[in-house]
Formats: sequence, C-alpha cells, structure tokens
Amino acid sequence: MEPAMFAAAPQAGTFMPHQTQGHVLCCLCGTSITPNPTNMCVNCIRTQVDITEGIQKQVTVLWCKSCGRYLQPPKHWLKADLESKELLTYCIKRVRGLSKVKLVDAAFVWTEPHSMRLKVKLTIQGEVLNGAILQQSFVVEYVVERYMCPTCNRQNANPNAWVACVQVRQHVSHKRTFFFLEQLILKHSADESCVNVKEMHEGVDFYFANRAHAIKFIDFLQTAVPIRYRHDKQLVSHDVHTSNYNYKYTFSVEVAPLCKDDLVCLPAKLAASLGNIGPVVVVTRVTNAITLTDPLSLRQAVLEAGAYWRNPLKPMMGSRQLTEFYILDSEVVAPTGGYGHNPKWALASCEVARAADFGSNDQTFFARTHLGHLLHAGDSAVGYDVANANLVDPELEKAVHKGLTLPDVVLVRKSYEERRRRRRARGDQQRAWRLKRLAVDVGEEEAAAQKAAAQQPHHGRGMSSLEQEQADLERFMQELEEDPDMRARVALYRDPNYQAASAAAAPRQQAAMSDTDEEDGDVPEVPLEELLDDLAALGLDEDEEEHGGGGRHGGGGGDAMME
Amino acid sequence: MASRCDFEGSNDAGCFATLTNAYAITALGAAENFYSVFEAELADHIPVIKTSVAGTRLVGRMTVGNRNGLLLPNTTTDQELMHIRNSLPDEVVVQRIDERLSALGNCIACNDYVALIHPDIDKETEEIVADVLGVEVFRQTIAGNVLVGSYCQFTNQGGLVAPQTSVEDLDELSSLLQVPLVAGTVNRGSDVIGAGLVVNDWAAFCGLDTTSTELSVIESVFKLRDSNAAKIVNEMRASLIDSMI
Repeated sequence: MEPAMFAAAPQAGTFMPHQTQGHVLCCLCGTSITPNPTNMCVNCIRTQVDITEGIQKQVTVLWCKSCGRYLQPPKHWLKADLESKELLTYCIKRVRGLSKVKLVDAAFVWTEPHSMRLKVKLTIQGEVLNGAILQQSFVVEYVVERYMCPTCNRQNANPNAWVACVQVRQHVSHKRTFFFLEQLILKHSADESCVNVKEMHEGVDFYFANRAHAIKFIDFLQTAVPIRYRHDKQLVSHDVHTSNYNYKYTFSVEVAPLCKDDLVCLPAKLAASLGNIGPVVVVTRVTNAITLTDPLSLRQAVLEAGAYWRNPLKPMMGSRQLTEFYILDSEVVAPTGGYGHNPKWALASCEVARAADFGSNDQTFFARTHLGHLLHAGDSAVGYDVANANLVDPELEKAVHKGLTLPDVVLVRKSYEERRRRRRARGDQQRAWRLKRLAVDVGEEEAAAQKAAAQQPHHGRGMSSLEQEQADLERFMQELEEDPDMRARVALYRDPNYQAASAAAAPRQQAAMSDTDEEDGDVPEVPLEELLDDLAALGLDEDEEEHGGGGRHGGGGGDAMME
Repeated sequence: MASRCDFEGSNDAGCFATLTNAYAITALGAAENFYSVFEAELADHIPVIKTSVAGTRLVGRMTVGNRNGLLLPNTTTDQELMHIRNSLPDEVVVQRIDERLSALGNCIACNDYVALIHPDIDKETEEIVADVLGVEVFRQTIAGNVLVGSYCQFTNQGGLVAPQTSVEDLDELSSLLQVPLVAGTVNRGSDVIGAGLVVNDWAAFCGLDTTSTELSVIESVFKLRDSNAAKIVNEMRASLIDSMI
C-alpha cells in the first residue's frame, strides 16, 4: 500500500526542479530543525527514547572469597583481578540485553574494593525510529556476592580429598631412581595437578583429584622410566536413579628394579635374541628403555620397557655391592667379534687390586673392561668383586652349567672417591649448584620407622635409613656430575650461597693451589653455564613458594588478595 | 481556538470528523465525548451532525466538503445520504459521486475557493468537485505524496503541510492556494496532517498528543488567535506578495 501512495519516480532526463530542504519546528521544544522521521530534535529524542531500556543496570555476580574467582555461569570459575581486562570482558558478558545494541565503549568506574560493588560505564549506540542512531552512556552496577566455589568448598571440607592414587614402587635397596624421578617431575611440572605426595616403603604415592590427572601422570612416567602398571577401582558410592558411580582409582606402578651400574645375567634365550650378547652384562643407562652393555665385547643392547616386562630380569649384583679397586695397569685392546660396539667405550685389559687389600696382601686380578678410555694406571674404579661374591641367580647357574666362566672382576665406572675425599679434607667440597626438592609427606609406617631409627642410631651393622637416604642422595648428585646425558634431563639451579663461600675460601685455595692442582683437576663438575638461575635468586622466592602451595593445597592465596 | 480531543483513544481527529465554515460532521461513537467537544465549540454557529458514512466511522477520510457543498463516496447508503441532507443547511449541496478512489478525504483537500486533488482522480469527479464545491481545482502532490488530503490541511486563512515539503513546493502551493502555508506536524511529530487535524476559519481540533509547540504553530498559521489576527494577516500578505514577485 505504501508505495502506491507515492507518485511514480520521474524518468531520467525529465526536468527535476531544485529542492531546498525546509525547516520545521521540533514538536517538543520548538527549535527549528530539518524534518526527520520523528520530527524531534536530537535532545528531545534523547529525552523521549531510552535505548538502554531492556539492558540490565544492576547485575549480581558470585565471587569466591578464598580463591578470588568469579562464577561464569553455568559452572566455570574465572580468575580475574580488579579492573583487569578479563574482568571487564566478564562484566560485559554478564549484562543481559546488550545484543540488541552496539557497544562502543566500556570502562570501569573506580569503586572501593570493600564496597563489594563493581561499576562499569558502557557506551552504546542504538537505532531509534527508522534509522536514527542514538549514542548513550550509562553505568551498570555489579553487586559482588560471596559464594564459595565447589573447588574451595571441597578443599575446605577435606583438603587432601583424592580420587585417584598412583603408587609408584621400585623394589630395590636404594632411592636413586626416585631422586631422579623427583627431578624429572619438577622439571616438567608433572606434579601440578597433584593433591598430595606421600613417601611410602620402597616408593612414593601420588594422589590426584581426578582420574584423568593420574593417567596423565602415568603417561609421563612411561616416558621417563621403564614401568608397568595395573589399575583398580573401589566403589565409594552410587546413585541408582542416575546410574552415577563414584569410584576411587588406584594405579599400581612398578618401576623396573634394574638401575644404572647393576650387573645382570641374561637368560640364554634373551641373550640369544639380543645377538648373543653377554650373558653377564652391565646396565649402563636407564631411560624408558634399559641399555645393557657387555663389558667383554663392548656390545650393547637396548631393552624396551615392553620387552623387559615380558621377561623381567633381576640384578645379579647391585650398587650396594660395588667395591673399590686400584688400577695397577691398563692396556687398550681392539674389541673382537660381533657387531654393535659402542664407540663410546674402549675395551681394555687391566690389572687391578682391591682397595681394601692395599697394603695387606699382593692379590691382584685381571679384568677386561669397557672403560678403557677412562682408566689409567693409578686411577681407582668401582666394580663387582665377582670372584668373592656369593651369587644366587638361577640364570647364572644355568649359564655356568653351559660352560660360562665368570670374570673375577667387572669394573663399572671410574671412581673419583679418593679425590673427592681429599677435597673434602681441604674443606671446599661445596657444590655450586643445588637441586629442588618435591614437598613430600612422609607416610605413617615410614614415619614410625624413621622415628625409631632416630631414637636408636646405628642399631646393628647397617646405616640408619636416614643416613642411607643421605648417602643415596650424595651418590645421585655425584652421578649427575659424572654423566652429562643424565644432567641434560634435569634442571640444576645455581646455589646462591656458593658464591659467598667460594669467595671466602679463595685465598686459602690459592695458597693450596700449587700442590693440589694436578691431583684433583679431573673431578667432574657441573659447568657453571649449565646452571639455571633460581627464582629465589631473583627475589621471587616468596611468590614461588606461594604458587607452589596454591597448586598443591588449592587457593591459599585468597586471603592475601583480600588485604 | 484550537482544541485537543480524541476519538475513543485515537488521536486522529481528522479521520473521525469533517469541519467546514458551514457545518461539522462527526462519527457515531460509543460515547458522546468526541461529539460534545465539537458541539461545545461550534453548536452556537453551525450545525454539528453525527453520522456514519458507508457504514464506517471514518467520516473525515471518506467525505470532503466546504461552505458550498459536501461530497460523499458512492458507498454511502441512501439512509445516510438522506440523514445528511436533512441535517445540513439548504444552501449546502450534498452530492454522492462515483469515484474509484473512494476515500475522498484523503484524495481531495479544499477550502472555500481552491481544491487540491489526487493526480489520478477521474475527469468527471474533477468537474463535480469544481461545480459542487465551487472551487478552482488543481491536480497536485505534497512533497511527492499523492494523497493531498492526508498530507495537508488548509482554510481560507492559511494551511499546514507535511514537514518533508521543500521550500520550492511550499512556494508553489501557497501561490496556487493564495494562502500562507507552513510545514509542520501534529500529534507529537506525525506528518499526516489531514488525519490529525480538522480546521475551519475559526476553530481547529487535533489529537490529544499534539504538543503546545505544534498547537501554537497551528493557531498562528490558521489565524485562530483573536488578538492580533489582523496584524498577522497583513504581515503574511506582505511576505506572500514579496515571494510571488
């Protein structure tokens, strides 16, 4: 109907008289304006039409006091600082009715934090009455209501509530593997989602709030060490109406008991499948695969975790049984037979004597070793005194039956013990670096055992478990110094105390320099450029501590923010 | 005097009433309010008739008239015609016309001397308009709009046209009509002047929404203020002659 009311538009070429736009009076205030669809001046339109109509002016937002997060419905909790970009985005999203108009500008209006109010000034443009665009600013007030988020709620009810537990165990007499794992976990922040870590007999328990976190953690472990695991679940509760089952999951993870420097006798079948290696071999490297080296032929075989667990090996002799030997003579010989010699090693035949025997008898042994590139006459090395060992190993017996002659001595690594001892005696044994430690809870039986050990030290011949642990840690740190490959996998931090100590010791060192230099020059040390600057050195220690705590014990920083 | 009124909640006074210098016609409403406003203002001078036209209440849009006559659309019933004829003074000619564009009030605007008509109206109707109403007839548009009856309203004193009308159109129309014209609005910015306003030489009725600014424009252009009417006429005439020369 509307178009028919108008005359046909004049054809092109017809005379069009010039049209001057007239003026009319604004129907409300009487000012002269050019006619528009409303026939009102802009000010009058503004008084008549409110484009902010239908937009919420007051919004209630829920805020968790203990973790300082805001609820983004339906159930996401958003961390945002006051007057931050994130909070502004959040605030704008919470206003209903903004979709009908165009948002031009938004900014916070300052409010007292204690007032529990946020104010945002919004500027919008909206269309009124056939295409007239009006711009208008208004303030939206947000009432911040305290509401504890489910995470904090659970945290406060039971801070260490766990759903999944990963029990990592290694059935060996030392803890070096766990020290190494600890460093790996720290470097890769694999414990981020960890609720609790507890030290248990022969291992560590890691607790998680979520099954998926536990699985992720196991995946991480699988890349680091040869493991196998099984999982079990326990029904905690279940709802027949919704068929919701609530389980606690337990993952039992077993780390292969083979460690670096262990002596292993391979079963005949496995030795044959690895190309007739051995059968008496030394473990030279443990990652997620185990590297076995035959000290007599320098041949090397890699056993993947899967292959290892198909026929699990037990170490014939472990690092506890290592004995120190002095090298009396060493001669490099060419390796004979087979393939797969690792160029890292050099075969040598040595004449060695037990360090313990030194001075009491003249008993010497001949040994073939893969450490020909390191050992020279006068050095000391550690190895297994096989000739004097009391070996119980079914595989070994079978091999001996088949005609295997065991070597008297198997050397596994060069020893720097003597030089270190001399250094310590001089008083500058301090390391330039330190390791970070994981915050580990001590398990109940473990705690009881330690307490008992502390009360009656040196009960019996062995060391107390605490001393044992110290010794293992020391050995682990020495290993890090000696093995750059291993060092590359973990993060070492500069020790802030070291600089001062070394400066103090400098004159003394200089005085002693002349006679000690050539003796302990080759004690392996970590080059200073490999060390990382700790956050503590940069003065961020407090923060770092707090964040660490926050991750484990969920949102302890909330109160600090309130102040 | 201009007065505000509403017909059963509607602001469109011009749809429900026709007003000339000789008579007024209002629609048949459920209540007497609308009628009584007209009666109070006009009954002393002219007859005020209540009627329907073609069964509808839209008397203002269906009929057109002036002092000399009244035109009704062909849909008007005999009874209505009879009633109107009986109620009007004898000198007013009442005529029912056969015109396709039957909303005569929308298509024709007139005072006692001149009429503007829709460009598409029949030749016969044009002649009847000239004869019955005794006016000079021009086929015109208001700001490109063919419904001249809707978009303007004028009397022997002056006229109001839709706000979009350009200055040139305004000059042309006012030289045709020989009365001063202004562009303006009624009913709080509405540009359908004919629908919102009925006016004769001494009275005007518009919708309740009409603002005081609009009312003052209406009163001044239709010269409804008693006080200095003569002075305004003189001024207007002077300016009118100016612009024509």
